[in-house]
Amino acid sequence: MADQRTIETTASARRLPKARRQQSRSNGTRGEEAAQDKRQGSLTAAYITLSIGGAVVVVPFVWELLTSLKTFNESMKTPPTYIPRTWDFPNYMEVFSQAPFLNMLAVSIGYALLLIIGHVGLGSLAAYAFACLKFPGRDVIFFTLIALLMIPRQLFILPQYEIVQWLGWTNSFWGLVAPHFVGVLAVFLLRQFFLSLPVELTEAAKLDGAGPLRIYFFVLLPLAKPGLIAATILVLIYSWNDLLWPLVILNDDAKMPLTAGLATLQGEFFTDQPVVMAGAVLASLPMILAFLFLQRHFIDGIAFSGGK
Amino acid sequence: MTMAPVRSTGRRSGGRRPKQGAWGSRSRAESIAGLLLVLPVTLLLGLFQLWPLIRGAYLSMTETGYFGGSEFIGLDNFARLFVDPEVLGAFRNSVVYTLVVLAGVPISAVIASLMNNPSLRLRPFFRALFFLPVVTIPAAAGLAWGTLLNGNYGPLNHVLGLVGIDGPYWLQDPNYALLAVAVVGIWSTLGYNMILFMAGLKGIPREMYEAAELDGAGRLRQFFSVTIPLLSPTTFFVSVTSVITSMQMFDLMYIMIGADQGVGLRNPAIEDTQTVVYLFYTYAFKENDRGYASALAVVLLLAVLALTFIQFRFQRRWVHYG
Repeated sequence: MADQRTIETTASARRLPKARRQQSRSNGTRGEEAAQDKRQGSLTAAYITLSIGGAVVVVPFVWELLTSLKTFNESMKTPPTYIPRTWDFPNYMEVFSQAPFLNMLAVSIGYALLLIIGHVGLGSLAAYAFACLKFPGRDVIFFTLIALLMIPRQLFILPQYEIVQWLGWTNSFWGLVAPHFVGVLAVFLLRQFFLSLPVELTEAAKLDGAGPLRIYFFVLLPLAKPGLIAATILVLIYSWNDLLWPLVILNDDAKMPLTAGLATLQGEFFTDQPVVMAGAVLASLPMILAFLFLQRHFIDGIAFSGGK
Repeated sequence: MTMAPVRSTGRRSGGRRPKQGAWGSRSRAESIAGLLLVLPVTLLLGLFQLWPLIRGAYLSMTETGYFGGSEFIGLDNFARLFVDPEVLGAFRNSVVYTLVVLAGVPISAVIASLMNNPSLRLRPFFRALFFLPVVTIPAAAGLAWGTLLNGNYGPLNHVLGLVGIDGPYWLQDPNYALLAVAVVGIWSTLGYNMILFMAGLKGIPREMYEAAELDGAGRLRQFFSVTIPLLSPTTFFVSVTSVITSMQMFDLMYIMIGADQGVGLRNPAIEDTQTVVYLFYTYAFKENDRGYASALAVVLLLAVLALTFIQFRFQRRWVHYG
């Protein structure tokens, strides 16, 4: 181990320009050791800081979980107990009987799926056209859409409500989906992605006589996978967390996605904290599981939204 | 989809640059394909965003009657907005919330740079830990924090009590409620910003640090002289998006302060704590004052645009593009 480290240091020293190498040699071995110690020290500091930070971040989850397993009486105790005296697992059954939990889960999943189809499916077709095809009005349409990206969504909500009302879709799943079925952000990000792909590929396919759609499906789509997955993750997080619109357009608990459902559950069972917390745990679980299994993609998706 | 065979002779339609040789003969087909591909998205966005923008601007100049009818009143709503203490208070609250969330941005930068330590073994574990709040439904997060901060039987006040501090009713006391929500705001965006900063850090070449080290700069000095300036484009991006999203914050406010606390019980702190979008929600869907609500949304739009513009204006002072 120690040998290897020496080899590494000499190897890295060899890579340095001569003048610098001499300078570092003049510092002598003692300086090198001190640097090593310092690095070790900063690593320890990093572990300590990250552990404390991580613990702070995780406290609400732990408390939520512990509370969800207490009896109603225990949850109201002062001072609070930390580990439940009696583990009250039936709180979780209570969630299913007090609220149409499975309906809400189904609405959340359906909402997410349809938004992914719209934002990523239809969105990538448009993004491809904006990036790779020439057609009249292309730039005008594109920049009009981009301008919409700057508008806070609240300004849209009342007129969107009017449209959904006019369609007769208030308090329905389609009313929930329709205004958010497609989005500008996915189109914009995917367009950037298509622009980053080498032009030679499409040029070659053009010379081979492939039409626009064939190029999209057989040449670009396989290459665009990272961009498509990233956009899917972003839409998934957005649709899963959205609260304002579901709250506005839906009245029946059974038609609400989990976000709005939880808010309503809280209003009705405010004092019964264990049941509310059990609902919160159950509602958070699907997305957290998805994240744990698809971590890489989630991280890439976020980095992608930052243009990386 | 079947494709027409390529025509060998280049009968280009007018106005195309000769560079576009291969498809030149089919520029019409390309135009049609392009238009068809953008059509669904354009139509839907036109209906559900562009039209609402126009309609919203119009609604902001109307007064909503008791029976749903509306009457054009010009700019009266705006004149009323600028002297309405409730509206001014909501803007103050949103700005305070935004400033507190911005104050959390350096925390995520520090976490990201600690994670960037090449010898750190548990990086994926820590990354997942800090990212967890991002994939937690804000409603669930708000509820969990609500019990944590509960004035009577919450563990925070219990722990504070052990060291002799009498903790307030965090979410019911107007002096603390907004701050408490903003802390949750920091908590829920920390992981998101951390990922952006980590991606930014990846773009800083190692040689920069090696050079700094050879010049005798310690870790701390390296952080201030290399990391911070080279990370400034990411910091700029994060602060611009943080301001935009924080100014529009609704969900945590609704869950933690706004929603009924038991049937028909209102939180006494809501009037002093509500943000602009929460107030918008109240005007539009509780009080059914749609014209006034639309005017509020227009002012929010202008405020967000102004804040973004100011940030772009001042970026030259501190943002270094490689």
